Amino acid sequence: MGKTLFEKIWDAHVVVEKEDGPSLIYVDRHLVHEVTSPQAFEGLRMNNRSVRRPDLTIATMDHNVPTNDRSLPILDQISKIQIQTLEKNCKDFGIQLFDINSPNQGIVHVIGPQLGITLPGSTIVCGDSHTSTHGAFGSLAFGIGTSEVEHVLALQTLWLEKPTSFEIKVEGKRKNIHAVTAKDIILSIIKNIGTAGGTGTIIEYTGEGISDLSMEERMTICNMSIEAGARAGLVAPDEKTFDYLRNRKYTPKNYESLIGDWRENLKSDSDAKFSKSYTLNIDNIAPQVSWGTNPGMTCDVTDSVPNPEDYSKGDQNQKQAAEKALEYMNLKPDTPITEIKIDRVFIGSCTNARLDDLIEASKVIKGQKVSDKVRAMVVPGSQMVKKQAEEMGIDKIFINANFEWREAGCSMCLGMNPDVLSPGERCASTSNRNFEGRQGVGGRTHLVSPVMAAAAAINGHFVDVRNLDLN
Amino acid sequence: MDEFKKIKTIPTPLDRVNVDTDQIVPKQFLKLIQKSGFGKYLFFNWRYDENENPKKNFILNDKKYRNSKILVTGDNFGCGSSREHAVWALKDYGFLVIIAPSFADIFYSNCFKNGILPITLEEKIVKKLQNELGEIEVDLENQILKTDNQQFSFEINSHKKKILLEGLDEISQTLQFKDDILEFEKKSKIPSVL
Repeated sequence: MGKTLFEKIWDAHVVVEKEDGPSLIYVDRHLVHEVTSPQAFEGLRMNNRSVRRPDLTIATMDHNVPTNDRSLPILDQISKIQIQTLEKNCKDFGIQLFDINSPNQGIVHVIGPQLGITLPGSTIVCGDSHTSTHGAFGSLAFGIGTSEVEHVLALQTLWLEKPTSFEIKVEGKRKNIHAVTAKDIILSIIKNIGTAGGTGTIIEYTGEGISDLSMEERMTICNMSIEAGARAGLVAPDEKTFDYLRNRKYTPKNYESLIGDWRENLKSDSDAKFSKSYTLNIDNIAPQVSWGTNPGMTCDVTDSVPNPEDYSKGDQNQKQAAEKALEYMNLKPDTPITEIKIDRVFIGSCTNARLDDLIEASKVIKGQKVSDKVRAMVVPGSQMVKKQAEEMGIDKIFINANFEWREAGCSMCLGMNPDVLSPGERCASTSNRNFEGRQGVGGRTHLVSPVMAAAAAINGHFVDVRNLDLN
Repeated sequence: MDEFKKIKTIPTPLDRVNVDTDQIVPKQFLKLIQKSGFGKYLFFNWRYDENENPKKNFILNDKKYRNSKILVTGDNFGCGSSREHAVWALKDYGFLVIIAPSFADIFYSNCFKNGILPITLEEKIVKKLQNELGEIEVDLENQILKTDNQQFSFEINSHKKKILLEGLDEISQTLQFKDDILEFEKKSKIPSVL
């Protein structure tokens, strides 16, 4: 019987296999950031252990870095200590660090591919659940806890129970590729399969709807696999993948010699068996807006806020969760989504802060101003994205429209730095989680695509971007 | 890590589904660089109002449950971020067992690294345990839960069970496979980053 892409990558990385137990899996790339690593390095120190493969380990600071002027001191003393701790740990253990002043600094899942660190067929881990992003390149990439970070630092391996393979086939063609984006595809998928729909699996995204996407769009899809409960998402690499990674700063010297093998082997066999499958046709999907407090609580922009009674289809748990969500979000059932007024707009995060995201969003706002009731900000995913955008004049478009143009970091996706919502504020956000308090205590998050967020900034409420001229 | 012993306390019922790690320990407390002391931040935004006074209607603020070591909760517990801080907070607060119909993958795996036993049971049994007023005994060795008048068996992977029962340090365990790792590295085709 044939193998799935996931099974092939897994099999190629098994170091030790145990009967009725987990396998020891080799890790090709370990990405480290300031929030989930300090306790792991401390564990190494206490046991007198070293980092086994510093040459496979890369660190940056992204979660709690300020995004305002980098020449100013960091005011938050606890954040400052965490950042200094990463600097010291990288120095002590010999790890390459892209620090706050490095031109390569940025959200770890944005810089990995941009620097050519992410490679097809490799295993990539990081103490961050959105590591699934790198799966867009056909690498098996997933988030781990801090104890596992310590284990990988010490022994470059991890004990893992083998997940199963879940095929999500995306069929059809979007009618308006500027208005209906990769974000809308993945939000539609999560809406349909639920936030635990992928638990215990690795999702492989297949079909015309995926192969049509650019690498950046595929990253948006794989990024949110974890929001469907899957630890990782995968797309089989193709020529777009190989082209994207060519001539990057850390692209391996023997890159061309690796491609042949990847081209031939990194795909699911035609007779491979998936334990689960789901198909989404995207011919007619609409821009999506989340209305609740998890990413599965999402609807079309043309819909209204659902009634918990209808939404739950009689399931008491679902009904109770929807009621609590509407209470937290301060929304009434049956309110049209386009009538929801917003206070803030955040364009950023490892989901949607790459160059194309910013270019697409800028088309919506060109020559216009942000609504005087809205405060809007753009936080590029990396300093490289920021620089590229500035070279193209994209920053001017945002700044002229009264957007704040910031330095790179995770910023208001999780609000560990000073970029947070105030209690009660409502935000159109291109990030990945609308959990209670995620963007600030008492803050209310609506997940949308970059174009939807930009249009909401101009209008002060959600609008259907299919009605705008985006070409 | 401490060896996992038999536990007998009343359960704390938290009747919510999809409890994410942002709720278990909110992001403002992730800046610490040690593992200890996270218990006071457990469910912080649900536990305290804006002036940091305990909210009366939140279950953890009911003194009756203060010594409970067993949390009984809803589907997909621990979803979202990979932050192990969530598990450190539960452990530091005093929970050693979490019972739910299902768990998110990363959270589930983080539990075993810290001596917490996550137990997956059918939803109707979980509901029953949420309404249990008396003590529940958790016997990992025999994979049995006992209430005053009923008992339920639960499944757990034998490897994970051993880790908890013996309180094993995983890195020391893996060190015995050092030669296998070296062997693998010699054959690996993926080049170094630098």
